[in-house]
Amino acid sequence: MTDHPTSPVSQPASTSVGAAGGDVTRLTAAATAAAIAAGELSAVEATQAALERIAKVDDTIHAFLHVDGEGALAAARRVDQRRAAGEALGPLAGVPLALKDVLATRGMPTTCGSRILEGWQAPYDATVVTRLRAADVVLLGKVNMDEFAMGSSTENSAYGPTRNPWDTTRIPGGSSGGSAAAVAAFEAPLAIGTDTGGSIRQPAAVCGLVGVKPTYGAVSRYGLVAFSSSLDQAGPLARTVGDAALLHAAIAGHDALDSTSVDVPVPPVVAAAARRDVRGMRVGVVRELSGDGYDPGVRAAFTAAVETLTELGAEIVEVSCPHFTYAMPAYYLIAPSECSSNLARFDAMRFGLRLGDDGQAGAEEVMSRTREAGFGPEVKRRIILGTYALSSGYYDAYYGQAQKVRTLISRDFAAAYEQVDVLISPTTPTPAFPIGAKVDDPVAMYLSDLCTIPSNLAGGPAMSLPVGLADGLPVGLQIMAPTFADDRLYRVGGALEAALDDRRGHPLLDEAPAL
Amino acid sequence: MSTAAPTSALASYDDAIARYEPVIGLETHVELGTASKMFCGCATAFGAEPNTQVCPVCLGLPGSLPVVNEAAVRFAVLIGLALHCDIASWCRFARKNYFYPDMPKNFQISQYDEPLCTDGYLDVEVDGEIHRVGITRVHMEEDTGKSLHVGGSTGRIHGATHSLVDYNRAGIPLVEIVTEPDVRSPEVARAYVDELRELIRALGVSDVRMEQGSLRCDANVSLRLRPAPGEPDAPFGTRSETKNLNSLRSVERAVRYEITRQATRLDDGERIVQETRHFDENAGRTSSGRSKEEATDYRYFPEPDLAPLALSAEYVQTQRASLPELPAARRTRLIADHGYTVRDLVDLRNAGVLDLVEQTIAAGAANPVAARKWWLNELARRAADSGVTPADLAITPADVARITVLIAGGELTDALARKVIDGVLAGEGTPDEVVTGRGLAVVADDGALTAAVDAAIAGAPAIADKVRGGKLNAVGPLVGAVMKATKGQADAATIRGLLLERLGVS
Repeated sequence: MTDHPTSPVSQPASTSVGAAGGDVTRLTAAATAAAIAAGELSAVEATQAALERIAKVDDTIHAFLHVDGEGALAAARRVDQRRAAGEALGPLAGVPLALKDVLATRGMPTTCGSRILEGWQAPYDATVVTRLRAADVVLLGKVNMDEFAMGSSTENSAYGPTRNPWDTTRIPGGSSGGSAAAVAAFEAPLAIGTDTGGSIRQPAAVCGLVGVKPTYGAVSRYGLVAFSSSLDQAGPLARTVGDAALLHAAIAGHDALDSTSVDVPVPPVVAAAARRDVRGMRVGVVRELSGDGYDPGVRAAFTAAVETLTELGAEIVEVSCPHFTYAMPAYYLIAPSECSSNLARFDAMRFGLRLGDDGQAGAEEVMSRTREAGFGPEVKRRIILGTYALSSGYYDAYYGQAQKVRTLISRDFAAAYEQVDVLISPTTPTPAFPIGAKVDDPVAMYLSDLCTIPSNLAGGPAMSLPVGLADGLPVGLQIMAPTFADDRLYRVGGALEAALDDRRGHPLLDEAPAL
Repeated sequence: MSTAAPTSALASYDDAIARYEPVIGLETHVELGTASKMFCGCATAFGAEPNTQVCPVCLGLPGSLPVVNEAAVRFAVLIGLALHCDIASWCRFARKNYFYPDMPKNFQISQYDEPLCTDGYLDVEVDGEIHRVGITRVHMEEDTGKSLHVGGSTGRIHGATHSLVDYNRAGIPLVEIVTEPDVRSPEVARAYVDELRELIRALGVSDVRMEQGSLRCDANVSLRLRPAPGEPDAPFGTRSETKNLNSLRSVERAVRYEITRQATRLDDGERIVQETRHFDENAGRTSSGRSKEEATDYRYFPEPDLAPLALSAEYVQTQRASLPELPAARRTRLIADHGYTVRDLVDLRNAGVLDLVEQTIAAGAANPVAARKWWLNELARRAADSGVTPADLAITPADVARITVLIAGGELTDALARKVIDGVLAGEGTPDEVVTGRGLAVVADDGALTAAVDAAIAGAPAIADKVRGGKLNAVGPLVGAVMKATKGQADAATIRGLLLERLGVS
């Protein structure tokens, strides 16, 4: 059965319009939708508030690459008209959202954070975008990202870095850094990100948000400009587990336009998020993902969260996934290999940037000049890596071996899930690092995704949710579940979030400094 | 690109094959006749305005994804089954990566080490001898767009000022059919392509029009010394691959040319370079394309945007059961049932009337010989004169069958039958209606005929005497006179018989 409730999940009183001090940008998505449905707030007001917030803080944060104020207000007006006409509204109707600039969107640019696509307008909507529009979600615009989703800091954007709202000298994570920063800076209650090796979960973790990579195949990739086709997956970023669930339910489901989309019912994620009961659940702590070199503050927050889960009645088990050690090298063969082929189409012939076409140069030279100038260094690095890994005589040793590792990692997961219902780990080894700290050391940058990559390789769903602070910076806990058991993430995440918010007396994000 | 081939000093073909054995393998690309493209819903019609049958998928726009065309898979399976191949129960598509402006994604979705069909054969008959050509594989892939090079000579890229690309063809489903290196002569190479074309046409999965490029052939040719008696075969020599041969004649000529070219080089002590070559139809020569050393590394890997193709045994069985009668079986049946010769069948097929002849026999033709004769001689010629195919003539196999029955029954002569055909083609109705309408029935009334015969004898007494005197051949003018008197509506043999009878010499 699908999970599309006709009314929003009820929220704690602290997120009602009144208690938000009149600042609707601080409302959760669920509360915003509820207020609009109840007539306490118009969709235009909610949208206007988001646009004003963007105008106020985005010079500092630089989350947005393109703000479509007119389009957003027009969409909001339609929602208000439909409500006035007495039509039933969906659970996210009128809620503003920031869209990662990797999803093809009619009427807006789609740049993928790259110069090579500067000014390009897709003539079609990604399936995720189609579904958001159908759900009456208000698209505010397109947000920043590492170029073609390659990076962990959003510093690889051709349009300049995005800043972390918790500390604007630090990175917001990546590649969905614009998505995370927009939500953490209250520019939007929701954002869509994409996750190839951790690109939703790592930014969510370092910005104090909930971020989910659904099961591979759960959300259509049609219109998602591919980095690594066998790993990419779009998913929600939100301030609460409940909001993430609503967005997840809105975008998931089979799509005939994506052959890797799976025709199975969307798990009941919204109900699971509201359940708040983990008694009897078996939770596995992955030995290989909580080891040396992790920031002490991260380890402390993680340990405390594990204790909270125990207090909530979950059974904690330590499990070993021995092949996770090889996940990083395998990922850095598979993802670059696929990207070297996926990015071949950016050749100046049919769309996008075109350089060197002086009437003398041949097609090959124009392609070469355009790609030389249009791609940034990280993209080039990965194209070169992937081209090498696939080349004749090296394929078996690199791409072939990496695929074998991938199988072994899937087997590790399968064995672990015979013992436990979900697996947990820190989402990232460290909190947000300063902008510029790792730009000259790609491998140090790659280590940001150490804990998140295994789920991409095996295809299972995973969530990051905020569990505390380390030196004033958010720490994320990662929950992983078997493929198509995405609801388990929400069940554990929802219960843990409620317990931690209760103990703290407020959501973690309330502790972020004012902008 | 070097085109300077030594043309004057080539060895003669007979001399070349006396000493060298040619080893030939063929790769044939066939565009499948599906309504939509391989991975999207765009139309596939030939000859549309450039770039009107395109969409984000076949233009390779960022974010677009392929979805496999089920009909294309079914067509490929039918081809595999008709070629006696094994059909893979599990196979995958692969990406073949190379940059070229007419390839939208700069990779082609193809199949690499996991083709759909493997290990089959096709029997080919040349001069009464059967040659079995092994089929290595049949795999699926998508076609590229078409480049038009403008401003240079003869549309070639060399010297062009710019190029235009039409992506209508990009994404049209193709199968590539690869043979074993089993072919040993240009004649068999040609016959193989001919037979393959017939087979695919019979399956109804492609229009296989070489001139439109819906069937294209590459020929791999190498030579090795013929062994001395009792010696084992020499190993295969280095091969060249001549690309894009677009007629049966070109297949034979290009292979023949390559044999003489390679023999000449080998005789001169030179080595054969492994390379692709192009065949110039006007010059009748091949010229060097790119060599193996410059060859692209295609960096094949499994296509991650498509799920593996897992065809059930039931599905394959259903397709096998749906196979129509194949050309070889049909030929055997036509020879056995109707007494045709292999030559007859070749003639009928080349004239495009084989189906029509079969339908005419089925519609009750007097006999297979008459059905063949009327379609092959009279009707095929008329179709050619009007620039249409025989099937498009305004006469049905049933009409033709009726005409042959009327002739056999003596009611029409061949000459009258041609007039009946005129009438049918002119829309005057069925053959019987035309006979009535035009008054074309043979004069079979003995009274009228006898009167005409007597009048002819009376009108030429000298000739009549000659005939009476035993010079039977002198009766010709009298037959002509009777024919004239009866306006051609009497049968000549009947008239002759009557004349001789009346003259007392029969």
